[in-house]
Amino acid sequence: MNFWEYLGSRHQQLLIDTYQHASVVFQCMVVATVLGVLIGVVTYRSEWAGNLATTATSTLLTIPALAMIGLLIPVVGLGVPPTVIALTLYGLLPIVRNCIVGLRGVDPSLVDAATGIGMSRPARLARVELPLAWPPILTGIRVSTQMLMGIAAIAAYASGPGLGNLIFRGIASLGSRNALNQVLAGTLGIIVLALLFDAAYVLIGRLTIPRGIRA
Amino acid sequence: MPEPPVPDAGTPGTGPRSVGATIELEALTKRYPGSALPAVESVTLDIRAGETVILVGPSGCGKSTLLKMINRLIEPTGGRIRIGGEDVTDMDPVRLRRTIGYAIQASGLFPHMTVAQNVALVPKMLRWPAARVRARVEEMLDLVGLDPAEFHGRYPRQLSGGQQQRVGVARALAADPPVLLMDEPFGAVDPITRDHLQDELIRLQRELHKTIVFVTHDFDEAIKIGDRIAVLRERSHIAQFDTPEAILTHPADDFVSGFVGAGAALKRLNLTRVRDIGISDCPTVSVDDPHQHIVDKLRSGGTDEVLLLDKRGSPYKWLRRGDLMRAGGSLARAGTPVHDTVTRDATLRDALEAVLTDSTGRVAVTGRRGAYEGVVDVETLMNSVHELLEADRLEAREAQADIEEQRAAQTHAEQEGFFGGEAKT
Ligand SMILES: Nc1ncnc2c1ncn2[C@@H]1O[C@H](COP(=O)(O)OP(=O)(O)OP(=O)(O)O)[C@@H](O)[C@H]1O
Ligand SMILES: [Mg+2]
Repeated sequence: MNFWEYLGSRHQQLLIDTYQHASVVFQCMVVATVLGVLIGVVTYRSEWAGNLATTATSTLLTIPALAMIGLLIPVVGLGVPPTVIALTLYGLLPIVRNCIVGLRGVDPSLVDAATGIGMSRPARLARVELPLAWPPILTGIRVSTQMLMGIAAIAAYASGPGLGNLIFRGIASLGSRNALNQVLAGTLGIIVLALLFDAAYVLIGRLTIPRGIRA
Repeated sequence: MPEPPVPDAGTPGTGPRSVGATIELEALTKRYPGSALPAVESVTLDIRAGETVILVGPSGCGKSTLLKMINRLIEPTGGRIRIGGEDVTDMDPVRLRRTIGYAIQASGLFPHMTVAQNVALVPKMLRWPAARVRARVEEMLDLVGLDPAEFHGRYPRQLSGGQQQRVGVARALAADPPVLLMDEPFGAVDPITRDHLQDELIRLQRELHKTIVFVTHDFDEAIKIGDRIAVLRERSHIAQFDTPEAILTHPADDFVSGFVGAGAALKRLNLTRVRDIGISDCPTVSVDDPHQHIVDKLRSGGTDEVLLLDKRGSPYKWLRRGDLMRAGGSLARAGTPVHDTVTRDATLRDALEAVLTDSTGRVAVTGRRGAYEGVVDVETLMNSVHELLEADRLEAREAQADIEEQRAAQTHAEQEGFFGGEAKT
C-alpha cells in the first residue's frame, strides 16, 4: 500500500486526528494567551517581577516534553488533562516574554500623555498600552502556536488526542506494512496544520493591528 | 473676579466657553525618593485667571516636575495646589486631570488612533453625547488651523511635526478646560514651524483666555508668548516672576540677566508693536489713476517719491521722480517693487529688519487684506527705540532704588528684632 492509498483508506480517522490536534492546540493557545497576557500585565511594571515571570516560564520550557507529561500523569491521570496542562505551560513563555517586552517598550511619553489627559490605569492599559504592545504579543502567540503544534504530538504518550497517535503507533510498529505511512501522515498533518494556523495569524494581524502602527 | 469651579469645566452643555481659572501654588515641594535635595523646593506662585505664565530655567531645574505637580502627574511631597480657589491637592487625580488640558513635547498623540479619535478622547471620557463629541472634534481641528475634512481620519504618522503639535493642542483643549499645561510643546519642531505655532497659540489665547502654564528653556519663546515669566533656578527657586518687559529691562540678579542673555535691547524690540509707534503718511497714487495725475503728483513739490498702490490698494512700487521718464512712460516698468510690508501687529524688530533690507529706508504698513495704511521710516523707528530704552533705564533705576530702600528698611527692622519679610526655610 503506498502513501496515497493509505491516506485514502484511512481518511476518516486522519481527519478526526487532525481535527483533535488542531482543537487541543487552539484551546490551549487561548488559555495560554489569557494567562500569559495576564501575567505580563501584572508583572511588567516591576523590574524583578517581570524578570521572575520570564525566568519561571523559560525554566518550564527547558523541561523535556516527555518528562513533563510523565510527571503530570500520576497527578492528573491519563488523557486530555495532562496534555492540556503541559501544552498551556509550554505556550506561556513566548507570550509572557513578548507581552512584558511590548508593554515596557511603549513610549513613556505616551503613557505620560494618557495619564495626563485623565485616563485611569485600567483605561490606559486597555486603550493605549495593550493596543501598542499588541504586535509583539501577537508574534509571541504565533511562535507559541508553532511550538505547541510539535509538542502536542507527544501528548499521545499520555493517551492524549491528536496526530501524535499516528506517529507513536508508527514508531511502535516499525517494520510493519503501514508504519512509515503512519509516521509520515502524522508529521505532514502537523506541518499542514502549522501552516494553516500561521496563515490565520497573518489574517488576524491584518484585522487587529491598528492601521496607524502597522509596519 | 468669580472663578468657575473646576468640576464644572467640560460638563456637557452649551453656553459660553469656560475661561481660565486661577492657580495658586503654596510651598509646593517634591522630593524624589533616593535624592538628597528636593527637585522642587517650596515654590509659591500665584497665577491669575486667563494669563499665560511661562516657566523658564536651565535644564534639570525642575520645570517639568513643577508643571506635572499641577495636574498631579507627580504627587507633591509637600504644599498645596488650588485651582479656581478650590484645593485640589487631595482630589481624585483622574477627575482633576480631565479638567486640565495637557500638551507635551512631540505631541504625545496615540499612534494607533486617528486624529479625530485622539481629539475626542477627553470629551468621550467625560461622556459627552456622540453628536456633540463629533461636532467638537471638527471645531477643535478648525480652531488649530487644520481642515477637518482632510485631517479627520489621518493617523499621527501621516502628519508633519507641526501638524501633530496642532492636533496635540486640539486634544488638550477639546473638553474646554479652564487650565492648559504645556511642557515644551514646540521643542521638537523646526524654528520656522515653531514660530508659526507660537503665533497660533497667541491667537488662540486671545480668543480663549485660558490659564496657560507653559514650560520652555527658550527665553525668546518665553518673551514672545508669556504674559508673565517665572525664571527658575536650581530646585525651582523663583529667581524672578514678572512681565517680559520687566525681566528684560531690570533683571533681578546676575542669574536672570545671564539667562536673558546677550542682546536684551534687541529682544526688547520684540515687545513693542508697530501700532505703538508713530506711523507716518506718504503720498500715494493708484495704478488706476490717470497717467497725468501721477506725473503731476511726482512733480508737485515736497516729495521726490510716491507709493504706487495696486488695484486692491496694496503697496506695489516706489516711484521716484524721473523713474517714469526713464521707463519711457510705462508704469509697468518704472520704479522699485515693494518687497516687504509689515502689519500694525508686527514687532519693532520685524519692522527694523524690513526697513534695513529695503533700499528706500522705509517700509509700508498694511491693514486688512494688505491695504495700505502708512509707512514707518528708519528715523521714526530709531527714535522710538531710543525712547523705549531710555524709559526702561529710568524705570530700572527707580526699581533698583525701591529694592534698596526695602532692603534697608528690612535690615533695619531685623536689627530691631522684627522680621520684615517672610521667614525662609
Ligand atoms: N522620576 C524621577 N526620579 C528621580 N529624580 C528625578 C525624576 N524625575 C526628575 N528627576 C530629577 O529632578 C530634577 C528636575 O527634573 P525635571 O525633569 O523637572 O527638570 P526640567 O527642568 O524639566 O529639565 P529639562 O529642561 O531638561 O526638561 C532633575 O535633577 C532630575 O534628575
Ligand atoms: Mg522638562
